[in-house]
Amino acid sequence: MADRQLMTGNEAMAEGAIRAGCRAYFGYPITPQNEILEYMAVHLPKVGGAFLQAESEVAAINMCYGAAAAGVRTMTSSSSPGVSLKMEGISYLAGADLPCVILNVARGGPGLGNIAPAQGDYFQATKGGGHGDYRLIVLAPSTAQEAAELAGLAFDLSDQYRVPALILADGMLGQMMEPVALPAQRDPASLPPKPWALTGAKGREPNYIASFALDPTVLRDLNLRRQARYREIEAREVRWEETATEDAEVLLVAYGTMGRIAKTVVRRGRDEGVKVGLLRPITLWPFPYAPLRALAERVRAVLTVELSAGQMWEDVRLAVEGRCPTPFYGEMGGVVPTPSEILREVKRHA
Amino acid sequence: MERAVVCAGFGGQGVLLAGKILARAGMEIGLEVTWLPSYGPEMRGGTANCTVVLSDEPIGSPIVESPDVVMAMNGPSLDRFGPRVVGGGAVIVNRSLIDRGVGRADVREISVPANELARELGEPRVANMIALGAVVGALGIVPLDAVKEAMVAEVGAKARPGLVAVNREALDRGYALAEPMGA
Repeated sequence: MADRQLMTGNEAMAEGAIRAGCRAYFGYPITPQNEILEYMAVHLPKVGGAFLQAESEVAAINMCYGAAAAGVRTMTSSSSPGVSLKMEGISYLAGADLPCVILNVARGGPGLGNIAPAQGDYFQATKGGGHGDYRLIVLAPSTAQEAAELAGLAFDLSDQYRVPALILADGMLGQMMEPVALPAQRDPASLPPKPWALTGAKGREPNYIASFALDPTVLRDLNLRRQARYREIEAREVRWEETATEDAEVLLVAYGTMGRIAKTVVRRGRDEGVKVGLLRPITLWPFPYAPLRALAERVRAVLTVELSAGQMWEDVRLAVEGRCPTPFYGEMGGVVPTPSEILREVKRHA
Repeated sequence: MERAVVCAGFGGQGVLLAGKILARAGMEIGLEVTWLPSYGPEMRGGTANCTVVLSDEPIGSPIVESPDVVMAMNGPSLDRFGPRVVGGGAVIVNRSLIDRGVGRADVREISVPANELARELGEPRVANMIALGAVVGALGIVPLDAVKEAMVAEVGAKARPGLVAVNREALDRGYALAEPMGA
């Protein structure tokens, strides 16, 4: 067995980012993700990286803009209300085609809400919380192990497509500890070069990075090229996990913390002879429409379970397109349903 | 095999640390583990608890409705978690602070005067390790030695000389009160 460490989800994401070559982190404290700042403050300087506690969330995301433009792997993290504050900067990053990783360890909302786990930020993450026609690559880990791995993947995809990537976690994943076999340490110098970055124009043509183009046809063309990249991401980067779907009659769809709780529901349901399966989206954007649609052809119902009033549910219904009933079960405000409660709901549709 | 333990008490009684040591010990003997704390104002003096799940398979829900063992360090914790223990499970009742039992015939009650025993050892702060020793005995799937090693790993680096030894002794005292029932 690989060497495993007991880590919180927050620490796993922070260490995963460092090992992926993150060398500039900017953040501002907010529960339940403060351990990310603490971890970065201790460990990032040890590898020659820059940690800075900014004066605000807005400042932090704009510091990321600067570091990203300079070609450095950069990250910020926050929790729901703080991520809302970052939305303008995220839109600018998207408009400037800059790679950046944003962690949202989501909590109960709206507004100041509370510090308990919630999934009410799905719309904000996947449908454009800021202004303009843009997308974020959105990854949803369900274990500390996956959190460490997806932190690395977020940097890779963000660099490859020059699209900011957001990891949508929640307070439970952030605070809980699990064994993690950490990914290998990568040297930033070994990463693919970024010829577009602002590194000093001595001996070459200057690079230009902005999210600004006054001429409508120029801005349209920039948008068209960006949209083409989005289509490429949709075609190539959809990730999901299936559990016991082969003969499932009721299909659960759940992500993140709910995704792992749903696994317990599947196991208990199967023990009781209920044919229940699970599709767990790992990428929330691009969403696994096609695999979900294929499963919807042969199940009795697709039951979406979320810590929200039903946000991913809209994508589930877009995927299913009326092929079968699409009931919803959710909790809000930081209340997390138990496996028994969800199993009871599954049985209603079996 | 999957077992769940809830450690609960006042903030400051060391229940989160007790759970963390158990989780680390589980990991070190090759089990899958989750440690889920109550986080928030509990850290500032209210009630705190954590749930530890130990399994030989990947763990789905870290939230547990019916734990196998509850470590209740104070009255409110016994009231909250006592009724939830699975039938045939065990409750460690800190008799130093709780003057009642769990009141259930279907669970094993292990009475532990944790604070008194800690004072006898000359270190009032090891009451949590005494209770954890009893948890380990009642649970019966994690060897006490592994728990001791995990304790050293968790507190060793910052502990003053002698503290590790008294923590070991505390684990032994608690363990002796809860004869293992087997897995």
